[in-house]
Amino acid sequence: MPAEAAMDTRKKAQIMDATAIQRALTRVAHEIVEKNKGTADLVLIGLRSRGVDLARRLSQRLKQIDGVDVPVGALDITLYRDDLGKAGPQPTVRKTEIHFSVDKKKVILVDDVLYTGRTTRAALDGLMDLGRPRVVQLAVLVDRGHRELPIRADYVGKNVPTAKSEQVQVMLQEEDGVDGVVILNNTD
Amino acid sequence: MTLKRKDLLTIRELEPEEIHQILDTADSMKEIGTREIKKVPALRGKTVINLFYEASTRTRTSFEIAGKWLSADVINIASTVSSMTKGESLLDTGKTLQAMRPDVVIIRHPVPGAPKLLADRLQAAIINAGDGAHEHPTQALLDLFTIRERLGRLEGLRVAIVGDISHSRVARSNIQAMRKTGIEVRVAGPATLLPRYPEQLGVQVTTDLEAAIADADVIMMLRIQRERQGPTLLPSLREYSRLFGLNVERLKKAKEGVLIMHPGPLNRGVEISPEVADGPYSLILDQVTNGLAIRMALLYLLTGGHPAER
Repeated sequence: MPAEAAMDTRKKAQIMDATAIQRALTRVAHEIVEKNKGTADLVLIGLRSRGVDLARRLSQRLKQIDGVDVPVGALDITLYRDDLGKAGPQPTVRKTEIHFSVDKKKVILVDDVLYTGRTTRAALDGLMDLGRPRVVQLAVLVDRGHRELPIRADYVGKNVPTAKSEQVQVMLQEEDGVDGVVILNNTD
Repeated sequence: MTLKRKDLLTIRELEPEEIHQILDTADSMKEIGTREIKKVPALRGKTVINLFYEASTRTRTSFEIAGKWLSADVINIASTVSSMTKGESLLDTGKTLQAMRPDVVIIRHPVPGAPKLLADRLQAAIINAGDGAHEHPTQALLDLFTIRERLGRLEGLRVAIVGDISHSRVARSNIQAMRKTGIEVRVAGPATLLPRYPEQLGVQVTTDLEAAIADADVIMMLRIQRERQGPTLLPSLREYSRLFGLNVERLKKAKEGVLIMHPGPLNRGVEISPEVADGPYSLILDQVTNGLAIRMALLYLLTGGHPAER
C-alpha cells in the first residue's frame, strides 16, 4: 500500500493491484485491435493527467500486438468543464499537447475513471474543437457507474459498483510511484 | 489554486508564487492560439469591458482577442467616443458600467491609481492595463513569460533595461516582477531619465549603455515617452539615439545571442535600429503573441467563483 495509507483514516478497499491493471490494459489493447480490425488510423488521446499515462501504456501494448506506433496525445479538459466560475477558485489549466491532426482519425479517448460522464462530455467538446475525427471511442480503466449523461465506454478495464459517497482513486507508477486502484469511503 | 485576489492592479502586490501561477496558466493557454478554431468555452456568458482613457493598439486588441478566444463577450470603450468626453467622472463611469454587470473591467488611465479607485468600489474584477507612469502589470508578466519560454528559467538571469526608466510604467512593473523572480536588473539611460532612488527598486543604474549590456542575457529597450516628459529632459532625440540607441555595432559589445525585447510601439532609428529590431535575437513579436496567453490566463484566473469575502 502507498505511504498515504497511514495518514488517511478513511476506509479503503483495494480493487485492483499492479498485476490486475496490467492484465486489464492488455485485454483492452486486444479489444481495441479486434474492434477496429487493426490499428490503421488509430490515435490515442489521454485525458490529463492519468489518462495520458494509460494511453501511453496502451500504445506500448498496441505496438507489441500489431507492431505499429499508435500516436498518443494529451487533452486537458479544464476549459470545457461545465462548473467553471460557478463556485470556488478556477481549477488549474494544464497543457493540451496533440501533435497530430485528428481529422479522419479513429480517436480513442483514454481516462482513468468513468463516473458522471461530465468529463467525457467536456473531452468530446474539446476534441471536436481540434478537428473532425472519423470515430471516437472511449477507454477507461474503471467504470464506477452513476452516470449523469448518456455516455458509455467502449472499453472498460474493470466495472466497479460503488456508492456515490465513495471515491475511486487510481494510482499509477508514472504519477504516484505505485500501481493500484482503491475505494475510499467518505462516510466517517 | 487560484489568484488570491479579486483584481490585478500592480506587480508590487503579487507574491512570487502568484506570478509563477499566472505564467504556468499562460503556458497552458498558449496552445489555443495555435489551433485552427481559436476558441474555448471557458468564459461563456462572461462580460469583459475594455475601458481605455489612453491610446492603445496592442494592449486593447490583445485583451479583446484573449477574451474572445475564451468565449467572453468583450466590449470596447474608448475615451474619445464615450461620456468621458462629456465630463463624466471616472467613478460615475465605473458605477454606470457596474450597473451593466460586467465580470471584468480592464482599464487604462493616465492617472496613477485610477484602477485601484475602481477596484475598491466595483464588484467586477479590475485589471490594470497601464495607469500613468505607475504600473503596467500585464506587460511585465508577458515579458517574464517570453524570457522564461526562451531561456527556460528566470532565476539568476541578468536583464538590462535601457531608456526612459523614470517615466516608464513598463520599467516599473518589470523591475519589480524581475526582482521577485530572482532576475538581476541593471537600468541604463540619461541621468535625467533614471530613477531617483534606485536602491529602493533593487537595481543597479548606469549612464553607460555598453556597461549595462555587457553581461546581460536580455536587453529590454524602452520607448522615449515624450508625452510624459517635460520639455527639458533630453537635448535632442538624435543625441539620445547616439548615446543610448541599440544598433548592430553596439550589440557586438553584448553577449553572443543576447535576446532583445521592446514593449512597443517602436521608434525605429531612435532607441532601436531596424536591423536589431528585426534581427535574429529579437523577441519583439514573441512578446505580442505571448501577451495573448498572459491575458487569457488572467481573464480565466480572475473569473473564478466568488470567494466568500467577495
